[in-house]
Formats: sequence, C-alpha cells, structure tokens
Amino acid sequence: MATKTIEASPKEAPAGRNIQLPIYLDYQATTPTDPRVVEAMLPYFTTKFGNPHSRNHSFGWEAEEGVEIARAQIAALVGASDKEIIFTSGATESNNLAIKGVGRFYKDRRNEIVTVVTEHKCVLDACRHLEEEGGFKVTYLAVKQNGLVDLDHLRQAVTDKTALVSVMAVNNEIGVVQPLKEIAAIAHEKGAFFHTDAAQAAGKIPLDVEAMGIDLMSISAHKMYGPKGVGALYVRRKPRVRLQALIHGGGQERGMRSGTLPVPLIVGFGKAAEIARTEMAKDNERIRRLSDRLFDAINKQLKDVILNGDREQRFPGNLNLSFSYVEGESLMMGIRDIAVSSGSACTSASLEPSYVLRALGVEEEMAHTSIRFGIGRMTTEAEIDYAVETIVKHVKKLREMSPLWEMVQEGIDLKSIQWSEH
Amino acid sequence: MAYGEKLIDHYENPRNIGSMDKHATDVGTGLVGAPACGDVMKLQIKVSPDGIIEDAKFKTFGCGSAIASSSLVTEWVKGKTLDEAESIKNTQIAQHLALPPVKIHCSVLAEDAIKAAIADYRKKAGTMPRTESAAAVKVAAE
Ligand SMILES: Cc1ncc(COP(=O)(O)O)c(C=O)c1O
Repeated sequence: MATKTIEASPKEAPAGRNIQLPIYLDYQATTPTDPRVVEAMLPYFTTKFGNPHSRNHSFGWEAEEGVEIARAQIAALVGASDKEIIFTSGATESNNLAIKGVGRFYKDRRNEIVTVVTEHKCVLDACRHLEEEGGFKVTYLAVKQNGLVDLDHLRQAVTDKTALVSVMAVNNEIGVVQPLKEIAAIAHEKGAFFHTDAAQAAGKIPLDVEAMGIDLMSISAHKMYGPKGVGALYVRRKPRVRLQALIHGGGQERGMRSGTLPVPLIVGFGKAAEIARTEMAKDNERIRRLSDRLFDAINKQLKDVILNGDREQRFPGNLNLSFSYVEGESLMMGIRDIAVSSGSACTSASLEPSYVLRALGVEEEMAHTSIRFGIGRMTTEAEIDYAVETIVKHVKKLREMSPLWEMVQEGIDLKSIQWSEH
Repeated sequence: MAYGEKLIDHYENPRNIGSMDKHATDVGTGLVGAPACGDVMKLQIKVSPDGIIEDAKFKTFGCGSAIASSSLVTEWVKGKTLDEAESIKNTQIAQHLALPPVKIHCSVLAEDAIKAAIADYRKKAGTMPRTESAAAVKVAAE
C-alpha cells in the first residue's frame, strides 16, 4: 500500500517527566520478561544447551537438572508436586490438552463438559471442536452481571455424566476472580474433574490446587513475566486424572506431551514462578495502589465512567472501564502513546463488541466504549499519572465531539430515538 | 493498525465540530448510525437562499475513521450546491483518507449523513411556498 503512515507512538519522554513513551498498560495481553528471568535463561542457550532427554552425557544431565528445578518452582507456586506438572507451549495448548484430553479419555463413561460463556476463545473452541467431533454434550453457562458464575446454575448443569467442569480463574478481559473452591466442590459432588484456565491468575493471586480442589490447571509463562512459547498443565495424581495425548512421539512428559522440551524457556518459566511466589504480596500491594490511583483519579475528573465486572472479586491489575458516549477505538487512537486494549468492535476484524462484556449484559453501545487497563510489575506511579491526564483530556475532547453526549446533556433519552441500524 | 496521515490529521484536528439550531429552516440535520453499532454521525448544513451550502458542522460518536470521514465531508460540502453535495460518493471519502477495508462502512455512513441532512433541509424548505421560501428562511434565521 502506498499509504504513508505515521509512527503510532513517539518514543521521546515528555519533558520533565520520569517516563518513557509509549506506556505499556496491556499486561493481560502479555508481560515483559523479567530481567532476572532472562539472565537465568541465557546459559541454557549457549553452554548448557543439551537435550534433557539425552541420558548418556553431562550435557543432557545439566539440561535435565534445569528442567527439573523449574518444574519444582512451578509446582511450588500452585501447591502441586513436581510430577503433576506437564510442560506445554502455553495456555492455549494446556487448555486444549485438558479439555480434549480428558473429554476423549472418559467419553465412554462421561461425555458431558460444563464451561462458561466468558472463557477464553481457546477453551470455547476446544469445546466446540469436541461437539463437532460428535458424542459430546457441552453446556456453556451464562454469568451474572458481575461476571461471576452463578453457583446454583452450575449445580444444575453438572450431572453424573459430566467428565469435566472448566472455569477460568481470572478473566482476561475484566479481571474477575471466580469462586474456584466452590466450583470444585460442585464438580466433585458429581464425580467430575475441575479444570481451571489460570493463565491470568498464576503468579498474580494465591493458588493452591489442594486447598482449592483443582484437578487440572493451565498456566502460561508469558503472562507472569516469563518467556513466550511455554506453559504448563497441572494434572492431579491423587486421585489420578487420565487424559489422551494430543501430540504423539517420543513419550516425553509421561506420554502426555511428546517433543523435546524447550529448556531455556522452561528455565525462564521456573524462575518467573519463583519470583512470583516470593514477591506476590509485594507486587500486589503496589498493583492495588496503582489501580486505585488510576480508578479514583479518572472518576474524580470524569462522570459516567463504569467499571465492568465485580468490584471486589477481581485482580486489581485489570481495570475494564466504559467511558460512556465515547467510542473505544477513537479513544485508543487519541491515547496512542498508552498501550491498552479495547472491548470495542473496531479493534478486531469483526464488528461485534466483546462477547465477554455482552455476556455481562453490558449494552452494545457501552461495550463499544470500554478500555482495558492492565497494570503490572513494571508500572510506575508517574506512568499512571500520565495515563490519567491523557485519558481525561481525550475523553473530554471526544465527548465534546459526541452527538450522544450532547443529547444526554440536553436531557434526551437515547433509548427514545429511532436509530437507523446499519 | 497503522493509520494514514490524512486520517490522523482529521482525527487530531477535526474541522467544523459543533452544532447549529436544528429548528432553523435554513439548517438541515442528518443523524445516522446507531450507538449499538458503534457509530453515530450528526451532520448539519446551513443553506443560503440561493441553494449553496454556506456552513457545515458535525458531531460523531465512532472510531477514528468515522470521525475523520465526517470531518472531511463537512469541508467538502461547503460552497457546494445541494445537488453537488449529494453526488459525493463514499468511495471518494474512503480513497482520500486511505481507509482500510474494515473501515469502509465509516465512509458509507458519512455519505448517508450528507444525504440525510440534505433531505431534512429539503423537507423543511419544501413545506414553504416557493416564492416566499427565501424570505421565510431569512425570518427564521433572525
Ligand atoms: C485466560 C487466557 N487463557 C489462555 C490464554 C492463551 O495463552 P497462551 O498465549 O499462553 O497460549 C490467554 C492469553 O491470551 C488468556 O488470557
């Protein structure tokens, strides 16, 4: 294309401020790799490059030791034992392995799966795939207005034909934390296993597979300051959860996932888990403070800003806000030096607004006005202040430009207008 | 997504934002789109007694491409006769702003907004006797 484009984000720091632009507030999409993680990984690219499955020489032993230390670090983060951690390429693969693997293994006895409409696409698509394969029945539970699962509905949906209940721990779009322990108890009452997609939860909120009754759990390294391309599936051993492998070959990972392990990535993943475990309290204290600072400052300066998802049951590093009467993508364009995500349709090829927000009963027009702010380990107070200033300025400007805002100020009820749907 | 230079310029420095009295007889108002679809455009034109668009204003709820499309058409319609303005095609808007395929609907909406504003003006003007319409418009504008 001949179109001349403008660099989306100027790189210079604004005068007199201790920040670098652009500012990253999209920690749910991915996180930067912690420098301590990178450092731990480096030797495994160069000197300790062996194949961990080589049993006959020290190169192999060295690599294997790196992998096993990492496995223990990851197990410790979630209260599991080492043998229950299976390495994968990420949470997408872990979710696929959990759902298809358990689904297919137990199909003859139990062929039902219960999940929730606000799950990540990879969970929903894996379930759809099983339905298409035939012989499975999947229930997609609605959520309450606050984004949480209705436990009574769940209890009705789980039957003695249910093999697996899959409910995510922390939602990637709105940050709500599901009542994992209660969900597990409901699944177990009927003899079903409980799987949770903890891609957004591991390393962010305390998780304990024993105390919470989790049977399978998906983790992704790149959401917790580790490298991209590696993840894990926790698979309970007592009582034992069986599953059918998706990838066949050399029989690594106890036959559940063949393929040579990516040692540097795994070592980094382990280091990231260790840092998350030892620094979680400190990190969360900071993140909560920054999150409150952002939320309070925006609400002080702008009216009609709505927080999507439950106010209490949430990971504070995720703030999904609807700026009424301002379309999300136009706001993102105005705040180009702040990297965020929008629930508005326009950011994707589809013109549908976020299915997660729609599932909460957020009206389409409000879903179009939502922005997700992701706050993480590297976020600073100065960055938050700059973000607030920029957002407030642009929301005000766009509201001045918004015919909807004008009508509401004139006292016109937008619902009374006959809109020309197109 | 990378945005074109002209699109960015119209988004950052939108021309002719504002509102005119929608009850005035020399003002035509077009309100198109729907909040649920993510874009609403309000385009207003002020027409001189000899049928020339003297002024145009807009307000838009929508993505950057929708804002830029409506800003651009307010510039384009000024100084044109109603017939000339009515012949503006969405493809011209899309081409000028280098809109990506997923944003073509924004230019369609802008074209619709012009047509709706002109139709509104004609409806108002049409209700008045031909010979007196210029005078009537003048009175209404005062
Ligand atoms: C909740 C959730 N599940 C799964 C994934 C997929 O993770 P990965 O990128 O490791 O495949 C993501 C990340 O987009 C996520 O947020």
